[in-house]
Amino acid sequence: MLKINDLKAGIEENQILKGINLEVKAGEVHAIMGPNGSGKSTLSAVIAGNEDYEVEGGSITFNGEDLLELDPEERAHNGVFLSFQYPVEIPGISVSNFIKTSISEKRKAQGLEPLPTKDLLKMMREKMELLSIKQGYLSRNMNEGFSGGEKKRNEIFQMAMLEPRLAILDETDSGLDIDALRIVANGVNKLKSADNATVVITHYQRLLDYIVPDFVHVLYNGRIIKSGGAELAHELEEKGYDWVTKEADKQWA
Amino acid sequence: MSEQKRQSEDELLEKVTSTEYKYGFTTDIESDTIPKGLSEDVVRIISAKKNEPQWMLDYRLKAYKAWLEMEEPDWANVSYEKPNYQDVIYYSAPKQKPVLDSLDDLDPEMKKTFDKLGISLDEQKKLANVAVDIVMDSVSVATSFKETLAEKGIIFCSISDAIQDHPELVKKYLGTVVPARDNFFSALNSAVFSDGSFCYIPKGVKCPMELSTYFRINEAGTGQFERTLLIADEGSQVSYLEGCTAPMRDENQLHAAVVELIAMDDADIKYSTVQNWYPGNAEGVGGVFNFVTKRGICYKNAKISWTQVETGSAVTWKYPSCILKGDNAIGEFFSVAVTNNRQQADTGTKMIHLGKNTKSTIIAKGISAGKSDGNYRGLVKISKGATNSRNFSQCDSLLMGDKCGSHTFPYIEVKNNSSKVEHEATTSKIGEDQIFYCNQRGIGTEAAIALIVNGYCKDVLNQLPMEFAVEAQKLLEISLEGSVG
Repeated sequence: MLKINDLKAGIEENQILKGINLEVKAGEVHAIMGPNGSGKSTLSAVIAGNEDYEVEGGSITFNGEDLLELDPEERAHNGVFLSFQYPVEIPGISVSNFIKTSISEKRKAQGLEPLPTKDLLKMMREKMELLSIKQGYLSRNMNEGFSGGEKKRNEIFQMAMLEPRLAILDETDSGLDIDALRIVANGVNKLKSADNATVVITHYQRLLDYIVPDFVHVLYNGRIIKSGGAELAHELEEKGYDWVTKEADKQWA
Repeated sequence: MSEQKRQSEDELLEKVTSTEYKYGFTTDIESDTIPKGLSEDVVRIISAKKNEPQWMLDYRLKAYKAWLEMEEPDWANVSYEKPNYQDVIYYSAPKQKPVLDSLDDLDPEMKKTFDKLGISLDEQKKLANVAVDIVMDSVSVATSFKETLAEKGIIFCSISDAIQDHPELVKKYLGTVVPARDNFFSALNSAVFSDGSFCYIPKGVKCPMELSTYFRINEAGTGQFERTLLIADEGSQVSYLEGCTAPMRDENQLHAAVVELIAMDDADIKYSTVQNWYPGNAEGVGGVFNFVTKRGICYKNAKISWTQVETGSAVTWKYPSCILKGDNAIGEFFSVAVTNNRQQADTGTKMIHLGKNTKSTIIAKGISAGKSDGNYRGLVKISKGATNSRNFSQCDSLLMGDKCGSHTFPYIEVKNNSSKVEHEATTSKIGEDQIFYCNQRGIGTEAAIALIVNGYCKDVLNQLPMEFAVEAQKLLEISLEGSVG
């Protein structure tokens, strides 16, 4: 589904990603872990098409298509979804209006008519239940006055509504208390299928107790320095990052 | 007056009275039959052409004399080359727009805008003046419209007709809210106004439909010096729509309209405007100067609500105001003012609290893009006798790009201790992070800007009548197209 080959990217003169290789297949859950400043958020931003970052080399293909050739909205139409670490506020626009616009734009790109309001509302109610979201939420303005936990839940709600093929969760666990974390993780698990894939970006192992990954990658200094199964996350939790990063420092010195 | 002048005036009079004065028929009166410039003679000619009674001519002449002694105001935060008032033609016969054979002959840019606004083909034909040989829907609508109004005793006609048919009402109220000598432009308008609308709602009558200039009888096209007088008698209610979302091109650069509203005891007037005059090209050349005086007076328990969406004109100078004369009167002002390219706007409101327990609300949203300048200027004045009065003002500015400007000039005068005045102001920018967030959800940049702007203006757009609100929303999108690279 997603193939990243020797990806190099950065901001202005500052190269952050120094050659990333990653392959994600349908049905898989990948976790990307690593210390602060290793390039985790940059990787998610580059996949989503944030123009603040410049791609200097390498390639990203998504279902065989060159992702780097596409605008951010086209990537979204193709099924790439990013759950933001810091979701922004859009004052005056209700959650329901925003999601309706989002779904209509996607359908328009696919040559489809907008979803009838009745069907849309029905779907919204189902997904709200899935994420234990209370009534009255749909008419609130996008992220305006939301708590940290509400913002993250709103991200996952949009993901549930948009049914992406590839979901990237950027530090979705940060700012969540344990109950909220459980609800969000539970939602993500329920949305998993054989046709879609999830990339979980996290600093801590905590989230991975709830969303169990098939693969764990350690990102450090712009490179994936170690990959393994779910047990790697536990090992990192126990021993910290030092034992892998030291080795890498030696190799790339 | 010299004998020669009198003669030429008589000739003109003769010419006017012997010509059919009906739109839809071509008339032979050419605008150049009146010389350029403004003089007492020109005022007399205008009045004579319109066959006005003596009191109307006297009113105009008094206004003209007042105007001579006044100076064009320059306190607004706008800069433009002042028009040469002796180089303006003050009366031109209502000109027929060129009649087109079909919409295919329409300027393609204009057609594109019509389509984007979602204006129906029939309406497009009407706006573009396409010859139609089948009876259009709107004609029958207009007829049944007139009948319904007449049943309720509502008078809705052009001000010229009102001067002829309802002189007692016009004489009693004209100039009572905006006196001729109120300001330079109101004096000019009072001296030379060509046409406009008149509306009277009788006691206790709730106007059954929104009154729109679009359906006005003897629609003359908006004049250069438009005059509107709206009287809501005791306990009556009316919602009035002015303007049009379709782009209005006009050869006249100078527009100075006056609007007067009178809300008697317990009356309720809602006045909504969408202004989309030609703003000039990207360099600001050729746009309309829009210098408007709009004011309403509220008697006991009465309410006046102004809502405006201003997207057009090169220079806008406009402060729809409320005089809250009676106790418990309410004044409201909801405004969205968009400036793009080289446009300049200095707009806001005045709330004058005279009665006890009077309330006013001001919600002003400015959007500046390109190299434009948007200004909010507002006065809240609470007099000594206006005890227990309240005002709430919120003035927000949204900037797009880094070459535009936005300023807020709030003036507050409170002369008693029991009243309360609140003022909030914010300035924000459309963030790239907001746009990227929308992009990531599949919403392209243009649509994202439209969404963000609509969210920003929601409190004002919600005040507009439904179908107007939808059009205004689209108009905002079009006005800001391409403003973020």
